[in-house]
Amino acid sequence: MSEYLIKNGHVFDPVQGIKGDKKDIAVKDDKIVDKVSSSAKVIDAKGKTIMAGALEIHAHVAGPKVNAGRWYRPEDKHFDSHKTPGITRIEGGKSIPTVFKTGYEYARMGYTFAMEAAMPPLYARHVHEEIHDTPIIDEAALPVLGNNWFIMEYLKNREVENTAAYIAWLMRQTKGYGIKVVNPGGTEAWAWGLNCLTIHDPVPYFDITPAEIMTGLMEVNEYLGLPHSMHVHQNNLGNPGNFEVTLDTLKLAEGVKPKNNFGRTQVMHSTHLQFHSYGGTNWGDFHSKAKEVMEYVNKQKNITIDTGNVTLDETTTMTADGPFEHHLHGLNHLKWFNVDVELETAAGVVPYIYDPNIKVCAIQWCIGLELALYAKDPMRCFITTDHPNAGPFFRYPRVVSWLMSKKTRDQRLNTFKNADKVINATTLAEIDREITLYELAQMTRAGPAQALGLIKDYGGLKPGMNADIAIYNINPDKFPSDGAEIEKAYGNVAYLFKDGKICVQDGKIVDMGNKHTFWVDVKVKENKQVMHDIREKFLRYYSVNENNYPVPESYAPHQHIIALDATQA
Amino acid sequence: MNTVTLTVKKVPDLYLECENVNPDAFAGKTAEQIAQLKAFQGKEITPLGEYFTITGQAGATAADTKVVVNGDCSKMKYLGAKMTAGEMVVNSDADMYTGSWMSGGKLLVKGSVHSFCALAMKGGEFTIEGNAGNYLGAAYRGDWRGMSGGVLRVKGNAGSDVASFMIGGEMIIEGNVDIHLGTHMEGGKIILKGNANRRVGGQLVKGEIYVFGKINVMMPGYKPVRDVDLEVDGTKAKFTEYIGDLGERHPKRKGEIVYGKLYMKK
Amino acid sequence: MPKEVTDVICPFCGTLCDDLIITVSDDNKTILGVKNACAIGAEKFNHQRLPGRVKRPRMRQADGTYKEVSYDEAIDWTAKMLVKSRKTLMYGWASTSCQAMSIGHEIAEKIGGIVDNCATVCHGSSLIAIEDVGVPSCTLGEVKNRADRVIFWGCNPAHAHPRHMSRYSIFPRGFFTVKGHKGRKIYCVDCRYTDTAKCADTFIQVQQGYDYELLDAFRTAARGEVLPDTVGGVPKEKIYEIVKELKSGRFGIIFFGMGLTHTMGRNHNIDEAITFTRDMNDYTKFSIMAMRGHWNVTGSGQVLGWQYGFPYAVDLSRRDQARHQTGETTSVDLLNRNEVDACFYIATDPGAHFPVDAMISSSKKPTVTIDPHINCTTEISDLHIPVAMVGVEVGGCAYRMDNVPIETRKVVDPQEGMLTDEEVLTRINKRVDELMAVGGA
Repeated sequence: MSEYLIKNGHVFDPVQGIKGDKKDIAVKDDKIVDKVSSSAKVIDAKGKTIMAGALEIHAHVAGPKVNAGRWYRPEDKHFDSHKTPGITRIEGGKSIPTVFKTGYEYARMGYTFAMEAAMPPLYARHVHEEIHDTPIIDEAALPVLGNNWFIMEYLKNREVENTAAYIAWLMRQTKGYGIKVVNPGGTEAWAWGLNCLTIHDPVPYFDITPAEIMTGLMEVNEYLGLPHSMHVHQNNLGNPGNFEVTLDTLKLAEGVKPKNNFGRTQVMHSTHLQFHSYGGTNWGDFHSKAKEVMEYVNKQKNITIDTGNVTLDETTTMTADGPFEHHLHGLNHLKWFNVDVELETAAGVVPYIYDPNIKVCAIQWCIGLELALYAKDPMRCFITTDHPNAGPFFRYPRVVSWLMSKKTRDQRLNTFKNADKVINATTLAEIDREITLYELAQMTRAGPAQALGLIKDYGGLKPGMNADIAIYNINPDKFPSDGAEIEKAYGNVAYLFKDGKICVQDGKIVDMGNKHTFWVDVKVKENKQVMHDIREKFLRYYSVNENNYPVPESYAPHQHIIALDATQA
Repeated sequence: MNTVTLTVKKVPDLYLECENVNPDAFAGKTAEQIAQLKAFQGKEITPLGEYFTITGQAGATAADTKVVVNGDCSKMKYLGAKMTAGEMVVNSDADMYTGSWMSGGKLLVKGSVHSFCALAMKGGEFTIEGNAGNYLGAAYRGDWRGMSGGVLRVKGNAGSDVASFMIGGEMIIEGNVDIHLGTHMEGGKIILKGNANRRVGGQLVKGEIYVFGKINVMMPGYKPVRDVDLEVDGTKAKFTEYIGDLGERHPKRKGEIVYGKLYMKK
Repeated sequence: MPKEVTDVICPFCGTLCDDLIITVSDDNKTILGVKNACAIGAEKFNHQRLPGRVKRPRMRQADGTYKEVSYDEAIDWTAKMLVKSRKTLMYGWASTSCQAMSIGHEIAEKIGGIVDNCATVCHGSSLIAIEDVGVPSCTLGEVKNRADRVIFWGCNPAHAHPRHMSRYSIFPRGFFTVKGHKGRKIYCVDCRYTDTAKCADTFIQVQQGYDYELLDAFRTAARGEVLPDTVGGVPKEKIYEIVKELKSGRFGIIFFGMGLTHTMGRNHNIDEAITFTRDMNDYTKFSIMAMRGHWNVTGSGQVLGWQYGFPYAVDLSRRDQARHQTGETTSVDLLNRNEVDACFYIATDPGAHFPVDAMISSSKKPTVTIDPHINCTTEISDLHIPVAMVGVEVGGCAYRMDNVPIETRKVVDPQEGMLTDEEVLTRINKRVDELMAVGGA
């Protein structure tokens, strides 16, 4: 039995509505409790900020395309691989960290959970091998389903029950968490070198539109009552003028009601929205549409978003939006990795340099920040970098410093080489808002936890919840005015508790804790048609046998299974 | 300029990683302090003083420092690597990574060097009086940014994969090269006084290669366009100008394609 | 009653067929028969029961003979060697499981090892090329379901990957390829007319060592530029014709092998093939794939990738950083230059495959080899530790040539008292910890 009493700290907990009051937090074993005995170890958090452990809702940290990015970029580790004295392994990777570095860096920033954003089902085993080797943080993975042959065939005929049965089967085979959709329909088109750039472009042969895929999957998601909603990377990513496709996509959520027992209120999570908020017709008249997009998001209450902030680094883009990566390679001519995955999806990887001297990159930087600063409900707008696409996740402290200090972001904005052109193409300069610590807790803790259906146990500091707690050297009464100070404090926790164990102290890893693999096990009514279709497709079209498809238990020695019964749906 | 002189007193069993032997690492230090700098052989860490006798004193900055290395350095790696200023002379053969990532100053090797030397050179002058191995002046693995500045001269021969991914600077090879000179080049200038075996300018996007000797097999993607009179590295001669690599992409300037250029001395 | 084990994965080549059916004796000790495997795969399973299996570790004596020692003694000797050595080559890995590799890497990081796998003498050239220019590729099921232009360049699957053509690349009837091989145009580019060429519609004989030039010519032709009359022995008219035919397809795939990886220029040949494939994507869908040889060399590349960021030749000898430079941290170079002072081989046979000079250098250093069988390497090692055959007597994860991970199965019990790679490595790891705690060997 282990007990801690964290005293005198300033608590920021949106679950209980605590906005910086000094409150003691009691920890017993792996839970937050009302009180502990007198033999509890006391942690003095005087002058410090306390929040729940943060949740990363979308990052590419484990799997085949992440690893392709790693090994095909030796230069990403060049002069960078190192080992801190202590219990940690060798770490490396400036934009795509090795699995050890991934776990340690998230923990050092106060994160206790990360969602692998895109798991190709055929490669699920690989994703889980990497999750297994990533220390400290809990993880889950979202199987990509928006270009899946079974799903496109069923949804063309509006067979919701069959789609649901297939998805329940697939989530069990792959130990997946929910429904991820990437460039719906377009990635199947990419297997022929084509794409779907609007939500009404039909997919070659399958003759279903992205709109029909997304509408169908939202229906299935609520039919099953999953903890998370449909999570979508919409069509036409990265192209000037794409904000119209974005609004078309977001509007598909109108009238759809969330149905679940997890406290989730959204039916669509629209990810890395920065890449989808572009105006203009070419790179010359390219400008921000963040204001227009957020106007819609603010009034459509059943949508959540994450930002995808650009950090102005040399990084590596990687996504299941295969055609986009080919297009990007055509623009910057850097090495292009691609893999099309039979019956399921695709992926592409291309290095990219967000050069602050280039007008377009600076505008992208502004757009990401504008999205967060226009958000009226921080419980529905989360901070990400779509790691590593817009920047590495270990830049979160820097992103936070830009959001919390107008002085810091203006300094960056005004020193761009083409500052006046950048300012004319965006609205960031006009925005005075500075995100508060409470809003930060909403955008990185309670908000993502609620969107993922985990708010009962994670993302807050209420007694009964899991003891995942981050203590920062930030004194709310003497909040740092210097961006670099905010960055340093947010990037090196004073303490990180994970499941009630201190894993990080003074920014140093002291314990590996007990990580878990989260996945969702949905029970549905027996469906002979779907099982027959699965058997058929494995026999005729897949290149592996059906019995070799599922991920065995040994790959996830510590599972946190969310079991759910949808047989009465 | 202050001079620090190192004399090899023990040859390493394996190979010694001398990333601390350059004007920048020595700047501001006395001989005793320099002797305490670390050298590496796998997991074994030893002070430099165990392998070298060290006399003299460094200048306050790299620019004020000259380093002279005497004795058999054929098993010393990273000599002069990453130097930004100052001078360094190695009076023997040296191993891998000599002068790699240098960005300024003058480096002279009075002997031959092994492979991976002058990688991604950014500036300064590097002269090799003997021969060089493979990957001279190339990019580090996977990086598309190779040599970008400075002047590199080899008096002898060089091996294969010379100047891969070069984007700037000037390289002069007075002897011969083997295969794959200037592969994936995207800028800069190579002058080859001797012969090349094969594959000169393969997949070249932009840049200039001048060949005084013969190439055994020309790349199919090069086509001759005209003859020109040029002065190259002090020699006046007539050259046939080829454009290429026609199999590769090329940038455009004012609507015109900018090809790479290969000049063969007639 | 003998029983049948189905859905068995063949642990031999990168094709990683997963439809084998193995008949096993009632007591689970003997393999009686193999269905669906090619001749090579069948032999791998069938020789499980042959007499003469090494049962216990063997230590070389002063007179050159070998004496049996216990696993404990062998593990202790190995740990002492690793702790003492300044820089140890830890090579092989291509025929064991990912789970075992992970433990091996932990050991390497502690004792200062250089972890290298069989790509170093095989598709390492391909990995170098991919590090330079990336690679547009796909899974084998995509080839089966979509490909209508299939090129075998410098590879001979008829001999090296016997079921490849029937499972994926020439004959199968897939979703969009219901006519099977009749709906595909098959090309074979090689310096000699192979058995694979017999299955092709078009055979292109390239002059040996001219693949880079020929591929450059293909790229030049694709851009509509002028060519010399012949390149690598192939007339320019033929080059233009083939490129036109390839452009008219819906989905092209190039499979390549040692003809590109081991002829003049090595990685550059593959680089040029990849950039040709990339160019073709401006006209139609095109992919390229390396015909990986070992059944799990790809897996070693993956595990090294996610743990250290490089696919092979990973130098951990400084213990506080991971470095990678093919030509310096690769096994043959390390041995030729005498840059290591101990050798640790697992799941491989460099004695049979490395250049002789490298093995002469290896034989002069303390050497441990972990392998189920006596082979060329064990006979020049100080210590040979036998282990169970992975994919036959113990399971574990493997990665196919298209990086798809498949879990191999345990089909029969290993020999009495035989340890697995995982068990041996775990014990070595523990013994290394004990020795390092008291300050060395």
